[in-house]
Amino acid sequence: MTKLPTWADVGLVPLISLTLAALVSAGVLLAIGQSPMQALTVMVNGALGSSYAWGYTLYYATSFIFTGLAVTVAFHAGLFNIGGEGQAQLGGLGVALVCLALPWPHWSIALVAAMFGAALFGAAWAAIPAYLQAKRGSHIVITTIMFNYIAAALMIYLLVNVLRPDGQMDPASANFPSGAHLPQFQEIPILQGLFQRFGADGQPRLNAEGLPLYQQVPANVTFFIAILACVLVWVMLWHTRLGYAIRAFGKSEKAAVYAGISPLRIIMIAMLISGALAGLMAINNVMGQAERLVQNSASGAGFIGIAVALMGRNHPLGIFLAAVLFGFLFQGGAALGLETDIPIELRTVVQGLVILFTGALDQMVRMLMGMFFAKKGAT
Amino acid sequence: MDFATFLQISDTALRFATPLLLACLAGLFSERAGIFDIGLEGKMLMAAMSAGAVAAVTGSVWLGLFAAILGSLLFAAVHGLASITFRGNQLIAGVALNFVASGITVLIAESMFGQGGRTPPLEGAARFANIELPLAETLRAIPILGPFYAEVISGHTILVYVALALVPISWWVLFRTRFGLRLRAVGENPASVDTAGVSVVRLRFSAVIIAGVLCGLAGAYMSTGLQAGFGREMTAGRGYIALAALIFAKWRPWQALWATLLFGFLQALALRPDVVESMTRLAIPVPFLDALPYILTVIVLAGFVGKAIPPRAGGEPYVKER
Repeated sequence: MTKLPTWADVGLVPLISLTLAALVSAGVLLAIGQSPMQALTVMVNGALGSSYAWGYTLYYATSFIFTGLAVTVAFHAGLFNIGGEGQAQLGGLGVALVCLALPWPHWSIALVAAMFGAALFGAAWAAIPAYLQAKRGSHIVITTIMFNYIAAALMIYLLVNVLRPDGQMDPASANFPSGAHLPQFQEIPILQGLFQRFGADGQPRLNAEGLPLYQQVPANVTFFIAILACVLVWVMLWHTRLGYAIRAFGKSEKAAVYAGISPLRIIMIAMLISGALAGLMAINNVMGQAERLVQNSASGAGFIGIAVALMGRNHPLGIFLAAVLFGFLFQGGAALGLETDIPIELRTVVQGLVILFTGALDQMVRMLMGMFFAKKGAT
Repeated sequence: MDFATFLQISDTALRFATPLLLACLAGLFSERAGIFDIGLEGKMLMAAMSAGAVAAVTGSVWLGLFAAILGSLLFAAVHGLASITFRGNQLIAGVALNFVASGITVLIAESMFGQGGRTPPLEGAARFANIELPLAETLRAIPILGPFYAEVISGHTILVYVALALVPISWWVLFRTRFGLRLRAVGENPASVDTAGVSVVRLRFSAVIIAGVLCGLAGAYMSTGLQAGFGREMTAGRGYIALAALIFAKWRPWQALWATLLFGFLQALALRPDVVESMTRLAIPVPFLDALPYILTVIVLAGFVGKAIPPRAGGEPYVKER
């Protein structure tokens, strides 16, 4: 097989995979009698057409950055962590316990404490599969899947029997105190103007006190923490001794052991970081948006992390771009569900196809491109 | 728990165990040949939708069963293509196919029937009828065994008996035929099979296709036997429980039967928390019973109950050296 130039391998392969996934999705839409062009228009308008739409797209992207980074850190150690979903749910539990513990005086203090809780609980949920992999050789893919289901059952139990306030019907925790409210984009001074409401006459709409009204969007300060997390993960993986050990171990366990790297230590550390990152996602959705813990709080973002990591070629910059792409897909898919007859499940199909083409059929794409490059070289 | 309740729960357990058993045997063939199959869930779901849709349109459960096998085979073919032909990551391929199945089943069912992603309720010839085994009523008079035969063993649909019959058949095929020997060898050491002049690719594809057919049966049972029609996400993680059962059974057919019966029994118990409470005198939360199959599997995986060793070449694409 022809070796591809680096730029083609890094840039073209994901783009072609994405195009193939889009083409198959369009074929699916045609097969069920819908118009792919109309679907795309609705998705672009619904997810990118206004600052309000971006407020949702970036909210979803924030969650996906965390879960994507979680999958990536484990991947670099040669571990496939499918447990992001469970770890994110446990992270939500950590956030809820912290937020409900005290009447927080200011959101910044609450945020630091909640981040600690989220990371701790997420890491703890990843620790058991990690230990079993390192010490007992139990396949981490299977154990993390099992832990997703155990987490879901645990959360149902806790929400119904323990965290639910007396007299409340739905299985959810109490609402967090107002001191734990994270500033959303329309409450951040620099961004505020983008979300101002205007009346039909083009004049800004004001409330009773004469202050301008803003559209509420779920995107919040966690977005900036997610960007910071991308940078930190990049530094950790490529510019620290630990990152070197993780990548060396992931490339070749035997060589790493020969170089004096302890498998137990690397597996544990990589999975703890991975679990902590997945857990941190809860800052965005539980603390930043729902402001209480509900059932199935991660709502699939843990799994989307797999697609994001594959699409982003396991590099933080790629993950950021892929997370925004999936944010677009998620918000656009919701718009489809609202405005067209196309079921919202289309986004699950696209998500699956992206994983399939980027993660499992990537060799096919490379072979096709190899043929192309070989031909070009010959002429 | 009195005897009547026990019979009732056992009956439900056998119904719940059937799709698990079929999917577990599917995984057995696939993984014995060295192809990890996380995609059991997706194949079952696709089969359940195909069976529900075709049975609803044609009114024939047999055409539904045929469609279920075709739908499942389509997914199996993609899995084979990705993991055998293009030597991709088998686990990622399985995960991807599960997502595709989860979404596309709703899309198809919605565009065909417009009932919120469900297929219309099935009745009459569009469902599998329960079969009364011979002498069920005559033998009922025999204490204990008689009612057990009449209530638990008898009165299921044909797919339940097919699933049970497939246990000895799978054992015979895997451990007593030349095909089975080669299939197992290809999961342990594909190079040796290749050296003997047998095609690794063909053997692995046959295993993936067998798994596709078995998942087709499992899915068809879900929508035309266990329930009357397809509903979104109706397999509800059963593919993963089957995977758990496969590990629990340490990749052996008879043990797969016992493991799936145990997990089926746990699922049946989870429907009757009152019985559990009266038996144990403890208020055991239902979510705990739901999670028990997964917890047990983790314990088995941890090697506390003997060691579960998967086929050696499992998950590794075979690269023929040139």
